[in-house]
Amino acid sequence: MAEIVIRNLRKEFGAFVAVQESSFTVADGEFFMLLGPSGCGKTTTLRMIAGLELPTSGQILLDGKDVAQMRASARDIAFVFQMFALYPHMNVRRNISYPLVSQGMGRRDVRRKVDEVAGILGIESILDRPVGGLSSGDRQRVALGRAIVREPKAFLMDEPLGALDAEFRERMAEELRALHDRMGATTVYVTHDQLEAMQMGDKIVVMNHGVVEQWGTPQEIYDRPATMFVANFIGSPPMNFLRFEATLEPGATSVRLSGVDIPIPRLETGVSGRELVLGVRPEHVSLGSDGAYRGEVIATEYLGTTQIVTLKTPNGTLRVRAPSGQPARVGETMSLDFNTATLSIFDAGSGQAMKVDRAAVRAAMKERSHG
Amino acid sequence: MAEVVLSGLTKRFGATTAVSDISMTIPDGAFVVLLGPTGAGKTTTLRLIAGLETPDKGNISIGGQDVVSASPAQRNVAMVFQQYSLYPHLTVRENLAFPLKSPLINAPEDEIERRIGEVAKVLQIAHKLDNKATALSGGEMQRVSIGRALVRKPHIYLMDEPLSSLDAKLRADLRVELKRIQADLGATLLYVTHDQIEAMTMATHIGVLDKGKLVQFGSPREIYENPSSIYVATRLGQPRINTLPASLFSNAPAGAELIGLRPEHIRQGEGRDATVTRVEHLGDQTRLHLSLDGHPLVTLTDAHTPLATGDTVAVRPENPLYFDADGARIVQGA
Repeated sequence: MAEIVIRNLRKEFGAFVAVQESSFTVADGEFFMLLGPSGCGKTTTLRMIAGLELPTSGQILLDGKDVAQMRASARDIAFVFQMFALYPHMNVRRNISYPLVSQGMGRRDVRRKVDEVAGILGIESILDRPVGGLSSGDRQRVALGRAIVREPKAFLMDEPLGALDAEFRERMAEELRALHDRMGATTVYVTHDQLEAMQMGDKIVVMNHGVVEQWGTPQEIYDRPATMFVANFIGSPPMNFLRFEATLEPGATSVRLSGVDIPIPRLETGVSGRELVLGVRPEHVSLGSDGAYRGEVIATEYLGTTQIVTLKTPNGTLRVRAPSGQPARVGETMSLDFNTATLSIFDAGSGQAMKVDRAAVRAAMKERSHG
Repeated sequence: MAEVVLSGLTKRFGATTAVSDISMTIPDGAFVVLLGPTGAGKTTTLRLIAGLETPDKGNISIGGQDVVSASPAQRNVAMVFQQYSLYPHLTVRENLAFPLKSPLINAPEDEIERRIGEVAKVLQIAHKLDNKATALSGGEMQRVSIGRALVRKPHIYLMDEPLSSLDAKLRADLRVELKRIQADLGATLLYVTHDQIEAMTMATHIGVLDKGKLVQFGSPREIYENPSSIYVATRLGQPRINTLPASLFSNAPAGAELIGLRPEHIRQGEGRDATVTRVEHLGDQTRLHLSLDGHPLVTLTDAHTPLATGDTVAVRPENPLYFDADGARIVQGA
């Protein structure tokens, strides 16, 4: 298995820059997600790792060796496409055997390897069936089997669950992740679905317009988004943005929104007379009646366990995730209490998050979990 | 817009009964979502109403008129398919104008312009109006095909998973938009999906289908809080409702085989000891995977929970749901 290091990778298609100077590292054995909207460059990045596109510049190190300009077949990487392409005239066993047979492996070894892979995927009972009559789940498993059987250094997957229905997708996502945990194979996985990325990934790269916006664990990306794009792309509903203007000294521990002081994690840098944004996740606000910062309820959406309450505040619209038992009537004015440790501050102009004191944030979180 | 009534609707394809004796009233101005897995009969029901299939039995009335023998055009319904179907040689504007220029509608030019402008704005495709349909991304093409239905004022809009091929983010935006458009227009809309979030957030009424049968019809809250069977209970809720043998806990009513526990039905810190098998951070929710006497159980916890794999946590059911051996709901005290 392998480590994949991406260094200053760039891809131009004529005048269009699909991927700009991207750098990140996929550690050995990691399940790594490339996440972003359509056209952000995630699939192009994956195709460059696979060798299906050659980069304009930059390096792709596979276990320390630069493979950026090598042919796909020389890279020892298996690609699982969105539409599982199986040979329709062959049965399951022959489909899975195919990559090994074409490598010239002996029949007995092929048989042993295919049985082993079928065991991992739980498809022993369908090995002699034609692929034509299989369910989409089994087709997906066979396609995976064909990738696994080669024992490649890494797996690349381009939205392998994109075509499946919601219920089945959730089950396959769990199955894929469990399979990864058993095999420990380095996997790079492209998706536009932030929930899928959060659920399956060890690490996530968030891309936008060909640029890597942030790279880290799901929890880091969710809790401390580096940019407003990431804050808005991750989470459903996304992070709320309350806009205000301020001059802040380094070390500031509160901001003033419409005349109300709101405590924030301690700022490491200062700004003068800038348009700023207070970022707050929907589940990090509690609704009450006594606080000073207030908003008017304009909508409620019932979601079962929770509800989304949308409020109009002097600094913008705010969506709050509250227990569905909590009363919130349209037209009512409620106070908003923010969970200080979880707040982000962004520069509205650049969209970049301002640096805050993480140690203080952690201490506050610890205090909260004891309290 | 109009009320649509289905009575005893049945459709067979060879030996398969796709739709089995469905009776349902879609009130005027309602947003009804048909929810069910692949093969439940959702799309067939939609196609029967549109007139693209003929029922073997039963009746369909639209606005009080019996339409079973009417042609699709006579029914005045607008359908949006899962796969967009646009005229590739026409621009976006011409595609949107097309339904309004049909001999049945024949709207005046200024009216056509006005409606296209409105719809294009709502669907965020105003800047693409003069592009050829083939020069659009998949998401844009699907928005145009939704737009082609919205420019009309039919008795009912019929939509077959119109958002399933879109980006997750765009899907979330359009969910809110579609709901708003429907409410603003006072439109009657029947919408087919297997996505429970779409059903929960957009529907005024949800019809749950299972193997061609309508098994429950009600508001999202009724379906979630008061499911008639274990099948219905598993359609809504993330994480999915836990089902365990009722005998694991005391106080089960007579005849109860299964206990259904949603996260809000699990009180932590008292009751029976369970082992933490995994803490799953999803950002907006943190899932606690537990094992209770070897039975898996998923509930929610605080994002900064000190609990870790191997820890023990006590759990107790609180107002749970009970089901009999056939999966039918047992209502306590009833």
